[in-house]
Amino acid sequence: MSQHLRQLEVECFVLAGKLLVQSGAETYRAEDTMLRMAASQGYTEAESFVTPTGILFSIGHGYPPKIAQIKNRSIQLDKISRINEVSRKLSSQQITVEEAYAALKEIEQSRYFLNLFWQIVLSALGCGAFVVLFQGSYLDIPSAAAAGGLGYAIMALITRKTKVRFFAEFAASVVIGLAADLAVNSGVGLEANKIIISAVMPLVPGVAIANAVRDLMAGHLVSGLSKGAEACLTALAIGSGIAVSLIV
Amino acid sequence: MEWLLQAVCSFIATLGIAATFGGPRRSLVHIGLVGVAGWMTYYLLTLAEVDAVPASFAGAFAIAILAHGLARWYKQPSTVFSVAGIIPLVPGGLAYEAMRAIVLNDYLESLQYAARAGILAGAIVMGLVFAEMFIQLAARSRLS
Repeated sequence: MSQHLRQLEVECFVLAGKLLVQSGAETYRAEDTMLRMAASQGYTEAESFVTPTGILFSIGHGYPPKIAQIKNRSIQLDKISRINEVSRKLSSQQITVEEAYAALKEIEQSRYFLNLFWQIVLSALGCGAFVVLFQGSYLDIPSAAAAGGLGYAIMALITRKTKVRFFAEFAASVVIGLAADLAVNSGVGLEANKIIISAVMPLVPGVAIANAVRDLMAGHLVSGLSKGAEACLTALAIGSGIAVSLIV
Repeated sequence: MEWLLQAVCSFIATLGIAATFGGPRRSLVHIGLVGVAGWMTYYLLTLAEVDAVPASFAGAFAIAILAHGLARWYKQPSTVFSVAGIIPLVPGGLAYEAMRAIVLNDYLESLQYAARAGILAGAIVMGLVFAEMFIQLAARSRLS
């Protein structure tokens, strides 16, 4: 087999793993996908080591391992689902490695079908609905929706500019707290606590915690602990943001 | 009619969360329905005066089982369906009370709220994990 093709194969497997971790998939899913793709191309001895910040992958003994660094992670369910499809097709020999690589490259560049504006609108509507779930007053729905949309917008904009997630979450929750306070003081809202907890819902690290525990259960101790730490930092950022807004 | 309102709102809430998580366009409705199933399990159990901890466990369990079924049917990873659905169960209110108590220098009260929030979060995670184990055991017993 030519050197060139083998290089492309390794690139393809590692890219799939890297995109999965970047999109917020569990570690075992990233490992499983890479190994399955490799096995379908005849590399049954392939081995991988995946952490939330990097991937080490080798297609077998005597081959050089490949390293991929992972700098940023966010939750992109759409990408996870599409990568899963590519790996499924490759494993059942419906597409070649070249096609799979091209498809993965396209997924890497692709954008979500809802732009930021609609994501903000939908999350704001969701925040409004949370007021009802938390047994709040219907009068608080508009304030919660406004505060939630504002908070999510601030979080998205700061994450784009600075890449420091924790600061973005902190800033967003300070703004949410202040907005809720403003709403109550101006008479638009009734209960500040219901508005705040509804509005911070899109920021809550629920997925990170669930993934961390799943990784721990699957035996990926390194990934599980570091994802757990990330989730705790996020929770701390939100908590201290709310605390600051309560003090001010 | 209260339960209908709860169902509709949990659908909207889960959909809003799914949009921020980049949920696939063709699965958005399913994600929302998974969220409804989880929340209604929790809500109806709490209405029947079951404690919030077992109710959260049951809600997460229902979400994981349903997500697994949908994942099989639509040949997609089960994470896609389950992650947005568990968000309504997250004990945000207790975490908020814990934080507020800290700001008021009332550390004892804050610890009470924080412990309760931690146990509820643990119950959600346990629901997910137990459901996964349950599915694996069921699949294995069918094979043998």
